[in-house]
Amino acid sequence: MGANLPYVVSRSTWISNAAVWLGVMAAVVAVAVPWLPYFGSPAFMHWAVEVMCYLLLAQMWNLLAGYGGLMSVGMQAFVGIGGYSVFIFAQHLGVNPFLSIPIAGVMAALAAALTSPLVFRMRGGYFAIGTWVLAEVFRIAFSNISALGGGSGQSLTVMTHLDRGTREVLTYLIAATTLIVASVGINLLLRSRFGLGLTALRDSEAAAESQGVDVRLLKLQVYTLSSLGAGLVGAIYYTSVLRISPFAAFDLNWVVAATFIVVIGGIGAVEGPIVGTAIFFALRWLLADYGTWYWLVMGAVAVIVIMFAPTGVWGYVQARWNIQLLPLQRRLVWKGQTKAPALAAAPAAMR
Amino acid sequence: MLEAADTIIQGLLLGGLYALFAIGLSITYGVMRLVNIAHGDFLVLAAYLALWPVTNLGVNPFVAMLPVVGLMFCLGYALQQIVLNRTMGRNFLAPMLATFGMSIILRNGLQQIYHSDSRSFDIGALGADSIHLSGAIAIGKFPLIVFVVAVILTLATSLLFSRTKVGVALRATSDDAETAGLMGIRANRTYAIALGLSFALLAVGGIFAGIRTTFTPESGPASLLYAFEAVVIGGMGSLWGTFAGAVILGVAQGVGAKLGAGFGILTGHLVFLAVLAFKPTGLFERTR
Repeated sequence: MGANLPYVVSRSTWISNAAVWLGVMAAVVAVAVPWLPYFGSPAFMHWAVEVMCYLLLAQMWNLLAGYGGLMSVGMQAFVGIGGYSVFIFAQHLGVNPFLSIPIAGVMAALAAALTSPLVFRMRGGYFAIGTWVLAEVFRIAFSNISALGGGSGQSLTVMTHLDRGTREVLTYLIAATTLIVASVGINLLLRSRFGLGLTALRDSEAAAESQGVDVRLLKLQVYTLSSLGAGLVGAIYYTSVLRISPFAAFDLNWVVAATFIVVIGGIGAVEGPIVGTAIFFALRWLLADYGTWYWLVMGAVAVIVIMFAPTGVWGYVQARWNIQLLPLQRRLVWKGQTKAPALAAAPAAMR
Repeated sequence: MLEAADTIIQGLLLGGLYALFAIGLSITYGVMRLVNIAHGDFLVLAAYLALWPVTNLGVNPFVAMLPVVGLMFCLGYALQQIVLNRTMGRNFLAPMLATFGMSIILRNGLQQIYHSDSRSFDIGALGADSIHLSGAIAIGKFPLIVFVVAVILTLATSLLFSRTKVGVALRATSDDAETAGLMGIRANRTYAIALGLSFALLAVGGIFAGIRTTFTPESGPASLLYAFEAVVIGGMGSLWGTFAGAVILGVAQGVGAKLGAGFGILTGHLVFLAVLAFKPTGLFERTR
């Protein structure tokens, strides 16, 4: 019967096909970086690990808020737990440091799942601040564990057994692989049933529930998944910098950065965190000599974006030129017609 | 025994200060479902605003409070009208994200001007004076003043809500902004009054906090968390519930601090989490 219809349902456009190939090329280049001249330098790889950590965290925040409708101000809890887990497993339990990274992600996910019954008793704005209280509890708890260096933290001294070059290349490759897997994974996930349910949940919890979406389970899944990602970010970042302290690992600035990156780049769009991370690091580079001015400018830009372009820079570009690099919506394409039909699938809420 | 009574009394008095932090947050959430992430940072801003006349003109902090409270009301009113009203209505995310942005702007702006030095207000002998009750228990005069002011302001706010025209508008908009609009109550203006009121109250709390201890540009987040915990412990829709929540938080922190140095704040957080676990609607919830 489908063959007789005058249209087909399609998700891709030629721009999105090109974007996928561009993405594949970017991934190949990213993995090859350690063997490239200049870019293979320790300084560049160190910087790149940091960029990738922020991008990954922003993607996790976007998954939670932009798709799940759950705003968290406490994601630093799981960055911290991920970071500390590497130190616990590698430094104190003798596990291979690089093997400790995935374990750390699982530990963060576990912590999120175990504490979720508490924070899920709150909704909306209360949930946001409630997660922050939870992060503070974890920070104070870790500051009081003297085996982990207490308030002053400790260094990852087991890493000295490894040759410096090998260590840097391995850390970089783990970061790049994690980012690629997470990016592809999020895209596939959002295109699946899970993603549809998530978008429905964000737009209206009651309506989603009435359509048979298991809201409680879905919230738990997306919260645990994003915490797994945040834990991996903490694990990778602190493996790269080799030193951890409770104030740095559970710092509010982690979630501030993730939030502003997503808000400025474009909330609820897969492309948003990428655009936002580029703007974030460009601003940091431009304002490097002015200390706290950089955060001040980020905050101001975020407020202006929320007021005048609530879908962010990417949302603006998308609406202006109708471009989607990684489309999640389906369109009807009329057979034998080259011109695009009228908008078939209206963009989701938030716009 | 006496020592325990003393700990509880000191905690109660600290709770009075937290009530001043929390009532404003309770109002904005009650009227427009706004959780103002910058609440604590505006509290610190109020303290810095009072710092200028106090250090440069030698004004008494209690006197400096009056113009600062007025100024903060205007600031709240203006911020709601100019920034937040543009973001209201779509969902809870946008206005909340806007306050998150403001919080970061304020904290880093104050950092830029005042650096990280901690400041405080000096009120002379009054700061150290105390009334001796039987034996080991002494009540500081200043903490007592704070507590009494907190009671008076909670009472005044609750009368404002129940007895005045503005209060009726605030309650009507909270219940149903659209229907209230049909009756000629402009939601935007009502929201602006609510945020102005919230800012005026937190200004009192901010300056009292600056007299009681010290403040830095980084003091905001802690104040926000205490205010939030008091509101949640107290329960929705009741100003006296928020007051009671603040007192419970104050006592919890006081008792925790006695158990071990540095455990005061943690105990407060744990009591908050316990209330969430066993009575998530708060202890004194009143459905409106």
